Amino acid sequence: MEKIFQKLALSSASLVFVLLVGIFITLYSAAKPAIDEFGFDFITNPDWNKEVPIEISSSTAVTPSTNMSDKASSEVKDASIEDEDDMMLDDEDDDMMLDDEDDDVTTKTIYGGLVPIVGTLLTTLIALVFALPIAMGIAVFLAEIAPKNISNVVGIAIELLAAIPSIIFGMWGLYYFAPIIADMFGGYQVSLLTAGLVLGVMILPFMAAITRDSMNTTPAVLKESAYALGATKFEVIKDIIFPYSKVGIIGSIILALGRALGETMAVAFLIGSIFVLPQKITDPTISIPVAMANNFGEASGLGESALFYLALILFIISFAVISIAKFYFLKKAK
Amino acid sequence: MPVLNIKKFSFTYPGVEHPSLKNINLPIKRHAITALIGPSGCGKSTLLRSMNRIHDLYPGNKYEGKIEFTDQDKSVSDILEIKKENEFIELRQKIGMIFQKPTPFPMSIFENVAYGLKIAGVKNKTELADRVEVALKGSALWKEVHDRLDKSAMGLSGGQQQRLCIARAVAVKPEILLFDEPTSALDPISTGAIEELIVELKKDVSIAIVTHNMQQASRISDFTAFMYLGDLIEFDKTENIFLNPKEKKTEDYITGRFG
Repeated sequence: MEKIFQKLALSSASLVFVLLVGIFITLYSAAKPAIDEFGFDFITNPDWNKEVPIEISSSTAVTPSTNMSDKASSEVKDASIEDEDDMMLDDEDDDMMLDDEDDDVTTKTIYGGLVPIVGTLLTTLIALVFALPIAMGIAVFLAEIAPKNISNVVGIAIELLAAIPSIIFGMWGLYYFAPIIADMFGGYQVSLLTAGLVLGVMILPFMAAITRDSMNTTPAVLKESAYALGATKFEVIKDIIFPYSKVGIIGSIILALGRALGETMAVAFLIGSIFVLPQKITDPTISIPVAMANNFGEASGLGESALFYLALILFIISFAVISIAKFYFLKKAK
Repeated sequence: MPVLNIKKFSFTYPGVEHPSLKNINLPIKRHAITALIGPSGCGKSTLLRSMNRIHDLYPGNKYEGKIEFTDQDKSVSDILEIKKENEFIELRQKIGMIFQKPTPFPMSIFENVAYGLKIAGVKNKTELADRVEVALKGSALWKEVHDRLDKSAMGLSGGQQQRLCIARAVAVKPEILLFDEPTSALDPISTGAIEELIVELKKDVSIAIVTHNMQQASRISDFTAFMYLGDLIEFDKTENIFLNPKEKKTEDYITGRFG
């Protein structure tokens, strides 16, 4: 009986690893064609679904590559400096014409992941910067300052906020929040900033609730000893409660990061969904999950594989962020 | 003139109809150790926690009577009159407290001892270092920790942690130290060290100690108060309480007939 139970527990635990490795292998094999085609340049290339000329002869191999980088930078400029659009486009056309005349050239489609990768990292960063101080404030208020009945009511409200489906955040963000942001900061209604802030609102309740719970585990006698030395409430919060609940706070940040990196629906409403590298915080762009959700329907061949490549990168980013947070900060906290 | 003079003191916890302490009259004498003994639930800890108003961290308590505190400059004030936060801070800097379980803060040994000084506004680094050293020497901990002051206080043994807490309380130079069963979580050797330390501290501070351990009370205290069910039954010199108690209840308790 004992043996069976142990075996069951062990197999349940090993299922986690099987899943993890399984997902990684599936993603990798689906992304393989794109990885073979683009290699690590995929990460630094801002062009998505771009027709570029392909050289048959190897003699002029240098020319297209310079062209490509030219176009990459002109594409970037397109987004911000609209006046120069025509000129830049002319440039490109000229180049292509030249190429066409020079050699026997056909075109191929290239995919680069830089824009969604940057979009994902920046929205997550904005969300974290926005949510972290507010979540700490809420947690301190609930755990230490508010009277018990108020703390309970606000606590329940926070938990309800965490239960709202992300699509509702997306709609609310698009119709009510985005115009306000655009009024305040200028620029487009759908942008990095709007998506990041709504994402921040979404991760806020998680961080607040977990941080409050870990603050509540601070032993009363520890707080009392600080008060008995003549500490003020602020000093007790700063010097006793925060250091004591550091591990829990870091845990809440890790969870929030995981959610922010992978959030799709709300961000899809708000980020603008265009493959253009943002120049300002108020520019629209795209994130990895949104790129996948928007493009999987019509993707095939190399395009589909490129989406899997993006998925693999998101997987690795999430994995890296969470392992770094876990091993580095938790070690430091101890 | 006692350093604390508790007069007609009653205390009621929130949501409870009957007072947990009834009409207590008790002096805490200067440079002496006053032990509070009695069975569990007699209110001795409640009384001790009234002396620095640590009860007030939680709302809804009711006080009646007076606790007169005579400062070194002979000025008398009623602790129960205190309402403002800065007065509480001042009070707690003068009346320190050691708890049942050691409560090292999540910081280094040095920072622990320096904490009370820092929040009291001592900024000068050499002064901090000097006073931490004096406090640790005064708590018989200096020899054991002087080479690892920057290490976490969590790494110390239970007895060392408790002496660290005493050092931390002593560092701010209080007039009174309140000990709430300071050795009940410690082994006999550590208990012995703490008891010696408490007797040693008598030179500088006045001490009130709650203890379950009657031998401890008889070993270290000068005065003993016996409490039972919220009443102060008897207060006298320790030898009188243990050798020649006037009240029947006191005699029954110290001879182990109940408790």
